[in-house]
Amino acid sequence: MPLYLNDEQTMLRDTTRDFVAEHAPVSHMRALRDAKDATGFSRDLWKSFAEMGFTGILIGENDGGLGLGHVEAGVVLEEIGRNLSPSPFLSTAVAAVEALKGTALAGRWFPGIISGDTVAALAIDEAAKHRGTVAMKAERSGNGFRLSGKKQFVTHGHIADLIIVAARTAGSADDEQGITLFAVDKGAANLTSEAERLADSSLAARLTFDGVEVDADAVIGEVDAGSDPLNRLLRAGRTGASAELLGVGGGAMDLTVNYLKERKQFGVTIGSFQALQHRAAHLYSEMEVARAAVLKAAQLLDEGDEKADAAVSVAKAMTALATTLSVQEGVQMHGGIGMTDEYDIGFYMKRARVLAEMFGDANFHADRLAIAAGY
Amino acid sequence: MMTDLDIFRTDTRAWLAANCPPEMREPVRSEKDATWGGRKPDFQPGQKEWMDAMASRGWTVPDWPKAYGGGGLSPAETKILREELAAIKARNPLNSFGISMLGPALLKYGTEEQKLEHLPKIARGEIRWCQGYSEPNAGSDLASLATSAEDKGDYYLINGQKVWTSYADKADWIFCLVRTDKTNKQGGISFVLFDMASEGVSTKPILLISGYSPFCETFFDDVKVPKANRVHDENKGWDVAKYLLGHEREMISGMGLASTGRNPLIDGAIATVGLDHDGKLADPLLRASIALFEVRAKAFGMMSERFIDELKAGRAHPAQPSMMKYYGTELNKSRHELMMAAGGSDSLEWESERSSSGAAPRAWLRTKANSIEGGTSEVQLNIIAKRILDLPSA
Ligand SMILES: Cc1cc2nc3c(=O)[nH]c(=O)nc-3n(C[C@H](O)[C@H](O)[C@H](O)COP(=O)(O)OP(=O)(O)OC[C@H]3O[C@@H](n4cnc5c(N)ncnc54)[C@H](O)[C@@H]3O)c2cc1C
Repeated sequence: MPLYLNDEQTMLRDTTRDFVAEHAPVSHMRALRDAKDATGFSRDLWKSFAEMGFTGILIGENDGGLGLGHVEAGVVLEEIGRNLSPSPFLSTAVAAVEALKGTALAGRWFPGIISGDTVAALAIDEAAKHRGTVAMKAERSGNGFRLSGKKQFVTHGHIADLIIVAARTAGSADDEQGITLFAVDKGAANLTSEAERLADSSLAARLTFDGVEVDADAVIGEVDAGSDPLNRLLRAGRTGASAELLGVGGGAMDLTVNYLKERKQFGVTIGSFQALQHRAAHLYSEMEVARAAVLKAAQLLDEGDEKADAAVSVAKAMTALATTLSVQEGVQMHGGIGMTDEYDIGFYMKRARVLAEMFGDANFHADRLAIAAGY
Repeated sequence: MMTDLDIFRTDTRAWLAANCPPEMREPVRSEKDATWGGRKPDFQPGQKEWMDAMASRGWTVPDWPKAYGGGGLSPAETKILREELAAIKARNPLNSFGISMLGPALLKYGTEEQKLEHLPKIARGEIRWCQGYSEPNAGSDLASLATSAEDKGDYYLINGQKVWTSYADKADWIFCLVRTDKTNKQGGISFVLFDMASEGVSTKPILLISGYSPFCETFFDDVKVPKANRVHDENKGWDVAKYLLGHEREMISGMGLASTGRNPLIDGAIATVGLDHDGKLADPLLRASIALFEVRAKAFGMMSERFIDELKAGRAHPAQPSMMKYYGTELNKSRHELMMAAGGSDSLEWESERSSSGAAPRAWLRTKANSIEGGTSEVQLNIIAKRILDLPSA
């Protein structure tokens, strides 16, 4: 498969680009923030994502979805990133769907996801840095399990209809085996959530599971074998977050390059200064390399290639590096106006920081690649 | 079911297994390990057999037409051949400015006679070429070159000096930019080919910081060049030069980083620094630098794949080779910087046998030229800024 978008994917990109720019441009996010909106996104917008078919993008046609792949999901996420559109697309339509796919729970949750009624959240992090550690306990109780422990950085966790939780049914915190993945319903007893607004004005919850009872049929896949669906979820989530980061970095770069062409100082447009041209050209190069990495990871995932896992780490690390540069250069090259709340570039900086942290930052993924390579 | 491509892969694998000499499956250690061919070749064991075997199938230039000595392979077959070569860690059968630079320019701009005359010899490694572009006062500002070609009816009389001409003292022929009109900067340049054995051509090697002298000052003193040796129209040489530079940049961008396998830097670092009880490199800062470098190197490998795919499909931006050249060469320099850091004092030995005559430090020093030759990094950034980002001129 050549490493560029084919005609259908390009069409999807154009459609999505128009759609997101029209319905959820940066001003949409700004309005939600200014209104101190407590949901974190617009339910109406999520419904119109469903009408476009986006919510079922990774769900098979037999189950009522579009039956497309990670390349297509990435196309949508890039536009979401470019417009900083708050939406549960990544956690719900990408990560949660991948975890549920092919399991007995697909039939239970997919219809609501497709119709735009169900929002999913991912309870996988237990510390401020994403790690493989799962300390949360799931003990057998009656015909089900009792969950106890804490999770954090759970985007949409305070309002989600479905919370996917990684818990330990065997072994100790750092073991890869002995994890079980659960689908927990909204409003479960003894589950408390504390939503905090983050720097980018999105909301993420700290969840406390104080002996939350779930039935045996809440298990996603097999007991003790949760690392399978969890890894699927992580690979999809990381690839998706990379695509969204690419959009954020690309959007910031576009703003910056346009500003270089407009702003005059010393009687000329600042874009004619070579010192700025070279930095802009360097930034362009980093973003292009990141773009190749994102597409490669998505293609390998779609092909079920065993090299996908490493490619996903490359993509997540590379997009974090490139986009961080993009937003930093963006604010700097805008000068004073770049520091104002009124101007959009600062929003890109904040969103990039959140996405860089999600599912593991650049250092985490570089470390992962190093361990896989034996050093 | 076996597709045609599967059959091609199986056959190719078998043929390579039978024809690639064992010496040609060893990692390249120094400049001597490159095969250049030419009229006065300097072959190491295995080099000639390997070059001839590949040339007999047209596989030194697999995607050129068969009529010009190529393999006539499709893009998909070329990719398979590359993968199978990489799988047995085969060395490049022939290094050649003819293949990577002049060939593509002749395919686009040459006459049928010129193609039939030169391309098969390039493919077989019979003629070694050098590039006469730079002059003492025309480096980054290449179009201000002054070497003059005076119209003498059926030939040009060429006078002037070139500089930094790589391997001019070893080359058989030169592709050269000359001035045919003094009143027009870019529109007064012509592109000519001539034999380095022509009367009036002389070369003088220049010693480099690596201790090698791979390039020369080149002097032309009343050199007669038949007009039939001009490629493309008179005063239109700049078009050919630019087209060729695109290919040169592409080639340089891939140097050293094209390999998709395990980075030898990692094993080098493990060998000198060692692993700690967790199986991690015992120098955590070096480990972090290598790991972050690897992210960029792997992503750039993916970018190279994308670039080739886009080129084949005619989708690449015409200035994209500048981005590839810029990124690839800066990355290659940082890789060698890390290799020196990983090697410690071992990587400083300059002449010892143990160090293959200082292969590591010499290679490290050589890479410093990657961001100068073929247009400096600054020039590439100028091109990206103007032609891709559309930023205004000063
Ligand atoms: C190993 C090697 C092999 C080579 N082989 C060949 C060969 O085979 N044939 C051949 O013809 N030439 C060859 N060259 C020459 C090469 O193409 C030139 O060295 C190169 O184009 C730079 O020109 P210069 O050396 O005159 O540097 P200059 O042009 O003098 O540049 C000096 C510095 O100024 C910077 N600079 C110049 N102009 C600008 C600008 N507009 N904006 C910003 N910065 C600028 C440059 O980036 C550089 O940092 C080779 C060079 C090397 C190092």
